[in-house]
Amino acid sequence: MSLNTLTIADARDKLRAREITAVELTEACLTAIEGASALNAFVHHTPEIARAQAEAADARLQGDDEAPALCGIPLGIKDLFCTKGVASQAGSNILKGFRPEYESTITAQLFASGAVMLGKLNMDEFAMGSSNETSAYGNAVNPWRRGNDDTALTPGGSSGGSASAVAADLCLGATGTDTGGSIRQPAAFTGITGVKPTYGRCSRWGVIAFASSLDQAGPMTRTVRDAAILLQGMAGHDPKDSTSADIPVPDFEAMLTGDIRGTTIGIPREYRMDGMPDEIETLWKQGTEMLRDAGATIRDISLPHTKYALPAYYVIAPAEASSNLARYDGVRYGHRARLAEGDGITEMYEKTRAEGFGAEVKRRVMIGTYVLSAGFYDAYYNRARKVRSLIKRDFETVFADGIDAILTPATPSSAFGLGEMADADPVAMYLNDVFTVTVNLAGLPGIAVPAGLDAQGLPLGLQLIGKPWAEGELLNHAYVLERAAGFVSKPARWW
Amino acid sequence: MDIDTDTARRVAKLARIKVEEDELPALAQGFTAILGFIEQLNEVDVTDVEPMTSVTPMRLKRRKDGVTDGGYQASILKNAPDAREGFFAVPKVVE
Repeated sequence: MSLNTLTIADARDKLRAREITAVELTEACLTAIEGASALNAFVHHTPEIARAQAEAADARLQGDDEAPALCGIPLGIKDLFCTKGVASQAGSNILKGFRPEYESTITAQLFASGAVMLGKLNMDEFAMGSSNETSAYGNAVNPWRRGNDDTALTPGGSSGGSASAVAADLCLGATGTDTGGSIRQPAAFTGITGVKPTYGRCSRWGVIAFASSLDQAGPMTRTVRDAAILLQGMAGHDPKDSTSADIPVPDFEAMLTGDIRGTTIGIPREYRMDGMPDEIETLWKQGTEMLRDAGATIRDISLPHTKYALPAYYVIAPAEASSNLARYDGVRYGHRARLAEGDGITEMYEKTRAEGFGAEVKRRVMIGTYVLSAGFYDAYYNRARKVRSLIKRDFETVFADGIDAILTPATPSSAFGLGEMADADPVAMYLNDVFTVTVNLAGLPGIAVPAGLDAQGLPLGLQLIGKPWAEGELLNHAYVLERAAGFVSKPARWW
Repeated sequence: MDIDTDTARRVAKLARIKVEEDELPALAQGFTAILGFIEQLNEVDVTDVEPMTSVTPMRLKRRKDGVTDGGYQASILKNAPDAREGFFAVPKVVE
């Protein structure tokens, strides 16, 4: 067995038992990455950094029996995270050549724990997309295929490179970020686990901003246990992020007891969508039965404003993006357009942004500009923020009524073909996030767990939604679901 | 609401993104589709509902108003497309 296929938990145990070294583990991943260029998951390779970190991890493991769980574990880092001296472009041409002079809090924490960085991972430009097709690096490709059909499929987005890399065993885990579903949808499309933590659980400092009130980083891994371990390394209070919560981080892995007897799971009727494939409906029912069999009480619930989550999101997220992305003006970093004779500063801004941003980013920045403009602010932006309050209230009501966690499908379909949505209306692509976006609007933790395959042989995921700060309980429910579903399928290697 | 090319041109200007004249109709069409989708929000009764300002109830931390860090001129200018004599350089703004 190649070492790159190990789970984080197994690798940790083998490293501590000195059965393997971090250098061997890292070399196995670097070899796997070299052979997987067809997936276009890693877009900036950092083998020198990885080897140096692995050597340091081995030295630490030799001398310290209490070394952190992530010591010596090779990870992939989404390109949205600023990594000191290493290209960090958010999948955009406007940040071409940008090498941050600082390290994001999350990557700094991971490296302080001894984690190894293999490189930076592909993503939709500024995390705006659900298929990784808006990336300046080109598409990331899903390691899964429909049976013997060689159509290239999307790994989902925006954390498409992270999902593809973890599913194809190029790294043991990866960081992702989730503004409307960007961890959970790609996790579901690639048969892996992805956690969107409670808003404020992980620091946003040094993570390139898309929509600040919704953005949250989280782990993408092959198992629920690995998600607990990686989340542990990413979470925690950071004085540099004023929205980061100053509350203790529990031992998430220790909370994986597999015992959910006596908890109550809500099944929201509004998530039963018209035109939803039967396979997803069936999977959802099976998931419900698995939790019931494990001793949970199942209750039908109503989240009446669910339908309005996506339209509210497509006001709030672009509004925040238009403000956050105003900083890309060709002055301080990244691309600056070549100017014509007589061009002034306005032409510099306009040409720089026209050249540097891709079509979807431009569209969202302009939609955001429109909904925030004089005369429309109340009609669009304030109304959307009121609807957001109602969506959050829906969840608060069911939690106050005794619900511990909510089970839903993760996505309305399995992975689709790259290019298949090219001629669709932008709204058709946005519907990918229909089950996940409510969680961001309400600031709640959510997890996608692989639970089965569809008739084409592609993975399907279920989503569990938890109470604020209840990631530990949520992971434990996901662990029960994972064990009951027994999802062990791997993509057949073609790359 | 249908967005016309004049509105699309105005929004592009506000967003400081250069859009060529022949690209405006497609842009306006994209806006119309998205805003049509957003208009569903008008069905919701939002009477007496406060707009959300913070998704988790939290009070922003305060600290003493004092210098805590600094002295990174070279680092800050390092990624600039054009930096000269310790400053960011831009086309002439004032005659």
